[in-house]
Amino acid sequence: MRDIASFIALNRFGMGAGPEDGARPGDDPRGWLKAQIGPLAPVPGDFRSSEAIIAGIFAARLERPNRQAEAVREAIRDDFRPAVQARTALAIATARPLPERMAHFWSNHFTVSTTRRITAPAIPAYEREAIRPHVFGRFADMLKAVTRHPCMLTYLDNIASMGPDSPAGRNRRANRGVETTLNENLAREILELHTLGVDGGYGQADVIQLALALTGWSHGGLRRGGEDDPVHGRFQFFRRQHQPGAKTVLGRRYDEAGAEEGLAILDDLARHPATARHLATKLVRHFVADDPPAADVDHIARVFQDSDGDLAEVTRALIDLPSAWAEPLAKVKTHYEFIIAVHRAIGPDVPRARNLFRPLRMMGNEPFTAPSPQGWGDRAGDWISPEALMLRLEWAQQYAAGLPGGYVPRALLQATIGPVARPVTETWLLRAPSGDQALTLLFGSPEFQRR
Amino acid sequence: MLNRRLFLQMSGASLAATLAASGVAFAGAPTDSRFVFIFLRGGLDGLHALIPYADSDFQRLRPRLAPGAEDRLDLDGYFALHAALGGLMPLWQAGELALIPAATTRYRNRSHFDGQNLLENGTARPFGARDGWLSRAILGLNAGDRRLGLTLGPSLPLILQGGAPVQAWTNAQLPDLDEDFLTRLAIVYRDDPLFATALGNAANSPEPMMGANPPDNGFLLSATAAADLLSRAEGPRIAVMDLNGWDTHANQTGRLRGLMNLLAQGILTLREGLGAEWSRTVVMVASEFGRTAAENGAGGTDHGTGGLALLAGGAVRGGRILGDWPGLSPTALNDERDVRAVNAYEAIFKSVLIGHLGLDPGYAERVVFPDSGGLEPFTGLLRV
Repeated sequence: MRDIASFIALNRFGMGAGPEDGARPGDDPRGWLKAQIGPLAPVPGDFRSSEAIIAGIFAARLERPNRQAEAVREAIRDDFRPAVQARTALAIATARPLPERMAHFWSNHFTVSTTRRITAPAIPAYEREAIRPHVFGRFADMLKAVTRHPCMLTYLDNIASMGPDSPAGRNRRANRGVETTLNENLAREILELHTLGVDGGYGQADVIQLALALTGWSHGGLRRGGEDDPVHGRFQFFRRQHQPGAKTVLGRRYDEAGAEEGLAILDDLARHPATARHLATKLVRHFVADDPPAADVDHIARVFQDSDGDLAEVTRALIDLPSAWAEPLAKVKTHYEFIIAVHRAIGPDVPRARNLFRPLRMMGNEPFTAPSPQGWGDRAGDWISPEALMLRLEWAQQYAAGLPGGYVPRALLQATIGPVARPVTETWLLRAPSGDQALTLLFGSPEFQRR
Repeated sequence: MLNRRLFLQMSGASLAATLAASGVAFAGAPTDSRFVFIFLRGGLDGLHALIPYADSDFQRLRPRLAPGAEDRLDLDGYFALHAALGGLMPLWQAGELALIPAATTRYRNRSHFDGQNLLENGTARPFGARDGWLSRAILGLNAGDRRLGLTLGPSLPLILQGGAPVQAWTNAQLPDLDEDFLTRLAIVYRDDPLFATALGNAANSPEPMMGANPPDNGFLLSATAAADLLSRAEGPRIAVMDLNGWDTHANQTGRLRGLMNLLAQGILTLREGLGAEWSRTVVMVASEFGRTAAENGAGGTDHGTGGLALLAGGAVRGGRILGDWPGLSPTALNDERDVRAVNAYEAIFKSVLIGHLGLDPGYAERVVFPDSGGLEPFTGLLRV
């Protein structure tokens, strides 16, 4: 690898460096990255759509309620695991790592996790269907695709939400004596996490109004027929659950328009200055430093607004930030990125499932299992705890010990961290008593774990 | 692998010197009291653990599920402890076990996900806070960088998420790193505070002693590790453990027997491992909600409201059933189906935080359990 800019292009903006990667950024690392902006490569493999996966699970449940858990387990095995494996293999093998990093970033921004079992097996499909097509498209389109997706609607409980004055809500209140039939979960997370941010200037009344606008946004679920013919596994608007009347969000009035109301509000939220600032803060944190410099946030927010949320423009602006190319290496890799980077360092062979899932589970960083809708953290302290560091080191040692012979530690150091390697790392790598130990020391070095 | 970090600490003089050079230091703990929170995820059927066997409504509601005489250990002529929890009877007799029926959080709906979230975030609604109440409480104890919290398992539960640094223990079966390697690595890390501090803390957070024959059950293994780490002067003070599988919609009799037996063994494991420190320990067992008062058609029970709080430890004023008991008559039930929740978990949590761990009462009200002013700390729970 020729210089620090190459290291940053391959690590901060990419997924790590391997023997094949060193020459790729060439004389113009920024140009190399920008040339990767474009439609994403398909995740290799033959995967079922979320519609097919979810419809299959609901069909099993309709057939026999206790078949559901079994159907979920089968789909985790046959759909979820191979898809996570393929996503990871792509991140390891790709010569275009920037789109993969951005896909992972946005997938984390719009976290759906496996806690809601019934749609859990379809989450990799959710990422392929709602995130990946929009990574370099318009933010508003991603927001709308995500919010309409059955995985998100289930994860954040919108399928259980009914307008209190809708026909279904009135029935429910009369029969069950419940005070409200509204579930605010999705609306709150849209405002707090997905768009405006916690200090974005909205109040509880806005949460409720957005939640009312989104009533009826659902999917076929367990319905067997009736008035709204159910479409299993796909977005469906149920007018029977929709709160009638105008809604007012952030001071703007939206006349009753069925499913269109929610779309109009999401379009406006995507365009809101607080959204630009919130997203810019997260993006600059991801590419510059845990505490994002204010000037960089201002700049990215402005690009976001001026381009009407064009994520290709925003990505180019991130690449052009001088602070993203400055030392010190302020960011550390997540456990998932660390494991990907180790595999990239070794070469493009597809890792065996055992290699992948075991350490990810031990380190508590299996994709699509984030502990809350907030997603995985993006600060060094979220990743380099004492125990987590020991797990990384122990796993790295086990992985290095299992490799076939023939790796030259010094060459691998040059290929992975060469331009940023400190003399002390080089010295102790060369003094290591065995090849395994040298590789473990390389993978365990701060330079390798940073980006 | 189990003792490697202890080994490091005792014999790794060169590593210790290297770490000293990187400026890793350790503060004293603000409390010597111990608190273990055991979260029974899934919704424990409190009526199957603390059985109101002498209540005619109970027998009417549970014609098939009510445990028979052979499965009951009478406590006060009205309530009995299920025999699967019989391992805890010595604690009851020693006044170290208190039971509070009809207890739960402020959550009144029936979703596991939301109910667990509310219990852990400490507010009055699901997702009402991004961090956990126990993390906020630890911050209020002002321990600085010292890691008072301990989580057992690969992921950090919401209750401990937040600003307070937490130690973690998992039963990861990975090969050891040898001392020479760690010594070299400490040199490589010396000028990088992030990595140097993490390695220093790892070396100073010894692996628990698991004894000659560690249990093969994961929960008991966690209890063994937690007890050993908590028993150390320099160790953590507050541990969180999960025990899953309590969502017993069908055929609950056999499943609950196994789970309750395991729970009792886990508490006994804590007592044994904590040794002398047991006298200043409170163990609290809680679940996101109780279950329906009536049995369902599948030999199980469905999601309900009022459940059980179980407190054990030398610091507990036990041997008693505490709190109010609304009974199980049709008018006493919540929504005509669930045990009414008349005893608030939050009141019990506050009592433990303030009375046992020494947290400032104003901070507990304001920061740890906001908007819970109506729920006074539970009185009479502790020996202090």
